[in-house]
Amino acid sequence: MELSSLAFWILATMIIISGLGVVFLKNIVHSALALIATFIGAAGIYLTLHSEFLAAIQVLIYAGAIAILIVFGIMLITKGEGKMGETNLFGKYKISAGIVVLIMVSLVSYLVLQTPWQITTELNESLMSDIAKLIFYDHVVAFELAGVLLTVAMIGAIMIARGVKKNG
Amino acid sequence: MEFLNNIFVYIAQWLRGFLAFLGFTGFWIEMFMAVVYLATILGICTLVALFYVLWERKLAGYIQYRPGPNRLGPKGWFQTIADAIKLLTKEDVVPKEADKVVHFLATLFIFVPPVLALGVIPFGQGMAALDLNLGVFYLLAVTSLSTVPIFMAGWGSNNKYSLIGTMRAVAQMVSYEVPLIFSMLGVVLLAGTLQLSEIVESQSTVWYVFLQPVAFIIFLICATAETNRAPFDLPEGESELTAGIYTEYSGMKWALFFLAEYCNIFVVSAIGVTLFLGGWSGPFLPGWVWFILKTHLLFSFFIWIRWTFPRIRIDHLMSFSWKVLVPLSIANIMVTSLIFYLVQ
Repeated sequence: MELSSLAFWILATMIIISGLGVVFLKNIVHSALALIATFIGAAGIYLTLHSEFLAAIQVLIYAGAIAILIVFGIMLITKGEGKMGETNLFGKYKISAGIVVLIMVSLVSYLVLQTPWQITTELNESLMSDIAKLIFYDHVVAFELAGVLLTVAMIGAIMIARGVKKNG
Repeated sequence: MEFLNNIFVYIAQWLRGFLAFLGFTGFWIEMFMAVVYLATILGICTLVALFYVLWERKLAGYIQYRPGPNRLGPKGWFQTIADAIKLLTKEDVVPKEADKVVHFLATLFIFVPPVLALGVIPFGQGMAALDLNLGVFYLLAVTSLSTVPIFMAGWGSNNKYSLIGTMRAVAQMVSYEVPLIFSMLGVVLLAGTLQLSEIVESQSTVWYVFLQPVAFIIFLICATAETNRAPFDLPEGESELTAGIYTEYSGMKWALFFLAEYCNIFVVSAIGVTLFLGGWSGPFLPGWVWFILKTHLLFSFFIWIRWTFPRIRIDHLMSFSWKVLVPLSIANIMVTSLIFYLVQ
């Protein structure tokens, strides 16, 4: 067996197991830790596809920053055990969740099957500069808007957390 | 001279040639070499920890005008071995209410970031286990993961001191990561590449510490904070939090955290040498000797800082990062890119 396909199967198993762990584990902190494992597994998949930049971004942003913030939030907010049933408000809507998931899965798989995938075996050495060109030349307005959106969200979060002083 | 400079490269080449001679195919040679690289890196980690634990105690003794460990072996140099044996034979106590799996896994995962980071560091010309063209970025990604095992240790211990220590550690490491990344960006701007070996080669005329002095100072401060060392050792904070995140660890498990701390300092020293102090370049001596010497000096500098400054308060720590270091590092990038643009 080739090394890349062996790596793919190992990573895929890891992603699926940890992904199931995110959903099924009883303790919410364990779920968050399993989420980090899922992110790292996805980064490994990017590596086998020779997209080192995306792999590093995946680890840095998702596993290193977002997951840590999620974990941090959970740690500060949950009282006591942190059971899934108590912390998830929408845990009881099983049937409607099932319908939504069914629709999503069928939609995504339909789109996956319909897309004419371009398969290339060439190595894309300049992937990072390509992404940089796309972000900072072609889609610079969208990029700046995303930055403004994030700033607004951050200010909003601070306002909610600290409250607003009247006549201050 | 040429031979001494490339001695490790020759060893690796000879090993590959020998494996091919034995009739192994390309796949198995690569697998075997990966194992060899990993073993070497783990060996470096162990040696670093063994040596620097004692070196720190010696240097601390010198700074505080006392002899330091001086009983076992010549000038007390065997003290670490005795300590290691003591720690290995100690009883391993796990709290009854602790989350045992998380509590245990944290001790294993704490070693993953430094080991992964050492994989890309060029110890000499052509002496990186992996010379990725995204080197700096890879380092950032890998080191950003070091918050996870610390969180697992603190939360899994189910102890309020551990939890407070974890909260401090995560807040501190997330905050100081931002100026750390920005300080590295200054170097990347000048070098025009993220590959560590190319960054070292672009410093052959002048080291980046002279072109980026502000970035170097920011890097030193943030590296101290990222490795949770005094004056930023609030997560451990012996005088207020017993031992912070390490409170519920005993024997060899506690020692693993201790070893990982020294590996982490070695890693940030090596990163600092590669990015700012010209890496392996230097006259007369072989490249890897220069690299080890420079890393040793930077490591000793971190020890010097630790035994000189008192611990700072948590709110001062956070506001120092967000109100001083982050604006300063952004200004540094702006000035650097402006000058770079005008010169071009």
